[in-house]
This record gives sequence, C-alpha cells and structure tokens, in this order.
Amino acid sequence: MIHPIPSGTRDVLPDEMRELRAITEALRGVFDRSGYGEVYTPAIEYEEVLLRAGGGLKPAYRVFDDHGEVLALRADMTVPIARLVATRYPTADPPLRFCYFAHAYREVRPHRGQMREFLQAGIELVGAPAPQGTAEALRVLCASLDAVGLEGYRVGLGDASLYPALLAAFDVPVEARDRLMHELATRDFVGLEREVRRLDTGAEEADLLLAVPQMRGGPQVLEAPAGPVADAVGGLRAVLELLPDAVAERVIFDLGLARGLGYYTGAVFDVYDPALGAPIGGGGRYDDLVGRFGRSLPAVGFALGVDRLHLALAGEERG
Amino acid sequence: MNSFGLTIAVPRGALFAPTLDAIDRLGIDSAEVRANDRKLLFADVGIVTMRPSDVPTYVEAGAADIGITGKDVLMEQSERNVFELLDLGYGRCTMVVASVEGDPDPGAEALRRLGVVRVATKYPRTATSWFERTGRQAEIVEVKGSVELAPLTGLVEAIVDLTATGTTLRENHLVIREEIAVATARLIANPVAHKLKAEAIDRVVERLRG
Repeated sequence: MIHPIPSGTRDVLPDEMRELRAITEALRGVFDRSGYGEVYTPAIEYEEVLLRAGGGLKPAYRVFDDHGEVLALRADMTVPIARLVATRYPTADPPLRFCYFAHAYREVRPHRGQMREFLQAGIELVGAPAPQGTAEALRVLCASLDAVGLEGYRVGLGDASLYPALLAAFDVPVEARDRLMHELATRDFVGLEREVRRLDTGAEEADLLLAVPQMRGGPQVLEAPAGPVADAVGGLRAVLELLPDAVAERVIFDLGLARGLGYYTGAVFDVYDPALGAPIGGGGRYDDLVGRFGRSLPAVGFALGVDRLHLALAGEERG
Repeated sequence: MNSFGLTIAVPRGALFAPTLDAIDRLGIDSAEVRANDRKLLFADVGIVTMRPSDVPTYVEAGAADIGITGKDVLMEQSERNVFELLDLGYGRCTMVVASVEGDPDPGAEALRRLGVVRVATKYPRTATSWFERTGRQAEIVEVKGSVELAPLTGLVEAIVDLTATGTTLRENHLVIREEIAVATARLIANPVAHKLKAEAIDRVVERLRG
C-alpha cells in the first residue's frame, strides 16, 4: 500500500540519515566546545506568543486546542528562544549561549532544499552587543562549516540598518521608504531604479541609493568617502576589525543584503556555496526581539539548513 | 565557457534574436547558437536555450547563473527567488484584458448581470491578481494554446494575454479593454551567483546598460 505524506514533508531513510547525523554531530561538537548549551522547545506554541516578535515570519500552520486557543507551528527557533530567555532566565547574567537542532515550518513552494518542514541547526548569543557578539557568532559559524568539511563556502555580511539609515539621511519621505525597501527585499533592482528616479532627491543621492545595494566584495566595499555611506558602514568596519584572518577571508561584504525576516536590527549574514544555488543558512542581530518578550537584551544568531548543507557537501564532492 | 565564466539562460521564441544580439555585444560568439535550431546546450559559449517561462526555474536553481526572460514571465512566477538586475528594453509587449468587439463589452456585461466574469489566460496568477486588485469577481480558466479561441466559442467572456502589435487580437475580432502592465525583457541572476560571481555579473550589467 502507498500512503501519501503531506506536500513539503519527507521521510529520511538510514543511508541519508547516517550522512545527516554526521553533519549534525560535527556541528554539535563545535557548538558545545564554544560554550553553547543545547535547548529544545515545543514545535507548537500559542500563536499570540509567537506573534509578539512582530515583523518576523508569521507562523503558517495553525490549529485550535481544546480551549479554543490558536496554536501555531514555529517558523524558526529564534522567536521561541527569545521567549525561553525571557521566561526561564529572567535574571541570569548575560551573555547566554544556546544552540538547537530543531524542525521549523514554513508555507513555501516545496522544492529541493526547501521543504515545509525542515531541520535547522543554529546558535543564539543573547546579551552580547555588537560588534563583539557579532564577531563571535561569525567565528562559530565558520568553525561549524569547517567542521562539517564544507570547503568553498563564503559568508555574505551586510547590515539591515544600512539602507534605512541612508534613506533617513537623504530625507526620503516615509511612504517612499516602504516602497524602496520592498523593491530591495524582493531583489528587484529594476523596480528600485524606477522608485528612486521618482524621488525628488538630488541626482547624486539617487545614484548612491542605486549603487549602494549593488556594492559587494572584499573589505574595499567599506571604504566609502566621508558621508552618509561611510557612517552607515561603521558597524561593519567594527565587526571586521574583530575577525580573525581565516574568518575575514570568507566574508563578502554586501551592502545590499536584505533578509526576509523582519526582526533584524544590525548585521545580517547569509552563507553561500558555489555548489548550491540558494543560501545554506544565515542570521544576524536582533537587538529588540528579546525585549518584546520582556527582557531587554541585544542578541545575535544564525541558523543553517541541515538539508541544504548536505546538498552543498554532496555538490562539492561531485565537483 | 565564455570569458565571463557565467552560464547564461537564453529564451527561444520572440526574445531569441534580440537576446543573441545582446550576447554579441558582450563579446560572446552566438554564431553557433543562431545556426543550430535543435541543439539546446552550447557549453563552449556558456549558453543554454529554453522556453522563456523556464528561464526563472533554471536561474533560481543555479543551473544557469544569469538569464534573460520577459517581465510577463517574472510577474507570473513572482515567488521565484531571483535577482532582477536590468530592464533590457526590447521585446516590448502589453498584458491586456480583451474581449469580443462591440458594445457593450461582454466582460463588463457578465459582471453586471451574473456577478462573475470568466477569463481565459496563460497567465492565471497575473489575471487573478489583476481582477482581485480591481475588486471584481473572476473565474480564471487556464488554457495552454491559443487564448483567442476561448471568447469566440463562448468558453469565456474575456481573456488576459500578452500582445505586441494587437494584430492577432484584431484578426479574431477582439479589442483591448484594459492594459494591465507593459512587459520588456529583463536580465535576472541567481542569488548565490550574484554574490560569488559579483565581478562578472557587474561587467555584464554594465555592458548591456551601455
């Protein structure tokens, strides 16, 4: 008998499981040695608790419990851990270090490396402000990828506050800012150009608004002439100064990097590998998120898609 | 492979010739591609050819680093995770709502009397979103072949389709009732290639912009 399983889910059989387990064990070793304690939280939470995150990914799958409360499957682990910190560690001295291996659930068009139920491995570093906390997260990230044996990876590093800061510096009206941010988030540079040309800013400012999101590459990207762009990349320069060479060599500074999740406040990063057409994972700073659950602490973290990591490793093997 | 080290997805059909002209401007020799109608993969010059609607699929997965396709395709496949880098300007078409000529417009008449207009299209998502955004109830009928046939046989009262000159519409006694959007050819890039092959992709954009 053939019995179907829901779209966007899949079974894992022993040969594949053995390979996935090798990856997660290597990651766990690095997380553990770096002082990150593993936690697990319920896959299903009260929707209103998850929604306190505001702006982030809305949970896609909901059910009612026996009291009529709305329960939802988590879309990531960052929000549940923010809840956990505020609830279980109301007074503990920061910084707090947690890691996790857990499934998250998103309403996506299922395709290779993007299931509706997918396993994430990641860390959250709570109570460590920028730039030191960001640099630590990037060090752990690179150590993790090295430990699983990924060779060609690069880490795109940007700043979620960079473009909004530029828009504010150029006095772009608030309604127009939303439109520009939308074009940037949907990676439509044709749309961005159309919206920027519509603004009544000077030609020089307009050119900067179009050029900056396309700037990506080595540390020379951060060498802007004094002005609003130089101010906006200050945070990234500070992170770079704290990175060991082996990590800094992996970094691609990307002034146009925009991650879909709405709660990022500062540095954001994406992990790329030439063997895979989509990012393997990513993360960033979310300095306001834990505060929304009642304990105001700056935080940073990353999550890796274990399936995507596996696909990239297999791709590198094939060459 | 070409001098940029990029695999380029090239659309066959109406965009084929102007796209190969653009490829020539990049200094990539397209002679073999022009000469060969059946072959799909041209590894020597890093070119793969396909239907325009398949270009986002290949580029999103990274099977091609960059590609060229119409904005109509990108609108219809808006969930694809690709970077839209440049409006190439050629292949200009308009996405329109059309219905059988005469007054009253059969589409408007169906809405007034029956509350719902039936619309045939190859672009179901574009059509659905257009009628939703304009606050009208529509029953979208997806067809694969000649859309013009659908209103002539009474299958639907209106169509949503792409038109360049309007000749096919006129020949089938259809008139444009609304213009939804203008579509031109766009250069798109895989999100990972955009970062890892930044220098090459920026050179392509710069040359094609000039």
